[in-house]
Amino acid sequence: MRTSLFITCYNDTLFPETGRAVVRLLDRLGVEITFNPEQTCCGQMHANTGFRAEAFSQAKRFVRMYKDAESVLIPSSSCVAMIRDQYPGLFAELGSPTLRDEFEALLPRVYELSEFLIDKLGVQDVGAYFPHRVTYHASCHGLRSLQVDDKPMRLLQNVRGLQLAPIENLDRCCGFGGTFSIKNAEVSSAMLAGKVHDVLSTRAEFCAALDNSCLMHIGGSLHRQYTGVRTIHLAQILASTENDPAEVLA
Amino acid sequence: MSHAVLDPRVAPEFPKAALPVLRDTQLRKNVAHATDVIQAKRAKLVAEKKDWQELRTAAAAIRDNVLGNLGDYLEQFEERCTAAGGQVHWASDAAEARRIILDILREEQAREVIKIKTMTSAEIDLNPALKSAGVHAIETDLAELILQLGKEEPSHIVVPALHVNRSQVREIFSKSMHLEGLSDEPQALTAAARSYLRNKFLTIPTAISGANYLVAETGSVVIVESEGNGRMCLTLPRTLITLAGIEKIIPRFEDLEVMLQILARSATGERMNPYNSLWTGVTEGDGPQRFHVVLLDNGRSEILARKTERQTLRCIRCGACQNTCPVYRQTGGHAYGSVYGGPIGAILTPQLMHMEHAQSLPYASSLCGACYEVCPVKINIPEVLIELRAQVVDQDRHKTSRLFDPMYMGMRMANSVFASAGRFRAAQRLGRTALKPFTGKDGWIRSLPGLGAKWTITRDLRGLPEQSFREWWEKQGRKMP
Repeated sequence: MRTSLFITCYNDTLFPETGRAVVRLLDRLGVEITFNPEQTCCGQMHANTGFRAEAFSQAKRFVRMYKDAESVLIPSSSCVAMIRDQYPGLFAELGSPTLRDEFEALLPRVYELSEFLIDKLGVQDVGAYFPHRVTYHASCHGLRSLQVDDKPMRLLQNVRGLQLAPIENLDRCCGFGGTFSIKNAEVSSAMLAGKVHDVLSTRAEFCAALDNSCLMHIGGSLHRQYTGVRTIHLAQILASTENDPAEVLA
Repeated sequence: MSHAVLDPRVAPEFPKAALPVLRDTQLRKNVAHATDVIQAKRAKLVAEKKDWQELRTAAAAIRDNVLGNLGDYLEQFEERCTAAGGQVHWASDAAEARRIILDILREEQAREVIKIKTMTSAEIDLNPALKSAGVHAIETDLAELILQLGKEEPSHIVVPALHVNRSQVREIFSKSMHLEGLSDEPQALTAAARSYLRNKFLTIPTAISGANYLVAETGSVVIVESEGNGRMCLTLPRTLITLAGIEKIIPRFEDLEVMLQILARSATGERMNPYNSLWTGVTEGDGPQRFHVVLLDNGRSEILARKTERQTLRCIRCGACQNTCPVYRQTGGHAYGSVYGGPIGAILTPQLMHMEHAQSLPYASSLCGACYEVCPVKINIPEVLIELRAQVVDQDRHKTSRLFDPMYMGMRMANSVFASAGRFRAAQRLGRTALKPFTGKDGWIRSLPGLGAKWTITRDLRGLPEQSFREWWEKQGRKMP
């Protein structure tokens, strides 16, 4: 099986360890991966901020680049949500019939990581080892748009050594919301305070999620407050084994 | 409690209006507690309906049918209501609605009116207009009464005094009703309100109400409530004026089967509202003998004409989106600077203002989608928020004042960067160099200048790693397409 890896713009720049972990994991699972360094961004930031024409040009770029891919794997639920929820509207308004057809053909082949592992590969136990107490943060897009449900938790439950600590208010947003965290920085911070409280109450060492965006937000506060609790992408935990443990971050 | 400005034309922008609220310990506790209680009740009653999703689909379909044929249904309503002895008035905007109502009151020689809770009357600033005309309006909904006596503004669509707790209610009542030694026990407080209101019900012959639904087929008006004070206003006076937005129509009487179930469960977490009042025109010897309905447009037909935004008008004002919203949870309703706060207010208010005011509201959301999930008529609020953001940007992007706005500059630059992998790489390298002076020895950034400072007010940021993913991939000599 082959898949094309799409690495979200901020993961490429800020959290390359997520992409590296996906590569390690898929190598281990025997999936052939390609990565096209011509890729940039799915357009979510522009779309959600109201810059529709810009979002469209990035969306078009995405479809053109991956239209012949066997499948596209994106380790970020919000980028997948962008593609599923917003591309149709953008293409209906600004796209050509050809582009719309290409997109419709491509859409069922776009996967978020936990979807790819469980739905496409049919694995729940990826043979990982991560001897830590971990809480899972459900990012809003994974929860409500992709409806990944308990797929990430099922993957985590099968990680040897991992102790899963459920969090209160699982369905409540951490307050990131992209440019919301800047435009409404104070309200966003108030939301974050509640989330961090819930994370700390789990007594977990790590807070894991499908999205580095939420994790950047939650992790930013955990670090500011010297809590010692770290954030980690699901891919990093799943890539981790006894012989090849997760890259430990600064 | 701070004084709130709920006029979108003059209210401060959302982020600014939110600041004092975030520091208001009492208000935040009140809002979190009240929304938790209502949400828990709602969740329990929704869970017991196995066909909840089907009900939502049915309710959305009923509302969409209305919006697709609104003109016909409104005319049908007018015809049936008039035939039953009611008088129907059409108001294109708030000023016209106020004028119609004041004319009726003048004819009635009314010096006082009793009112049932109606957000629509707050939308058209009715109470100040009544006051200027020398008409004393008495709110009879318990929450509205608390706000009126405490000189407070509503902060929630269904539970307007949600931000006030009972010890604050005790203070307000004891001061305005001159009741020394009043306790803050709910029974004592309701007894005080009851004795205050009972006299008003029995002596004031004119009432103003809103409407939950207008039934086109029968010309009936429907109001649901929990206290029975509304029932008093609907039955005792000689004259009743009902103010309703034109979108409140439902086609058939039997549609109430769906619409009443969905409203009670979503709004207050009840299987059915304690009081469901339905009336059709005038009945001799029973209830008000003069009955007026004022149908208010006030920007609604403009919303109706727009493809994505039209769904906003499906709203049945249940407030479920407010209760679940993590933003509203922090700020309460007043920060929205409108009688309609929370997620629905964030999309409705700017549209009612013809996108000329309240432009910070579409951005007052993290787009988490909790509102859409609970909405009983399936309004995709995030989708409408994004649509309105695009309208704000389309309006603003060519203004010279936006030329050097950091957000607009950043977005333009990012677009050019994302259009080419070469530029993206260069931007990554540039970012690494630019952030280096702000990055500590531990690799973390604690403080940034400019827009970045908005991030670092409460959050650290990990500095940029030495190698991007694409650089790593190429170094590995891994497969490229």
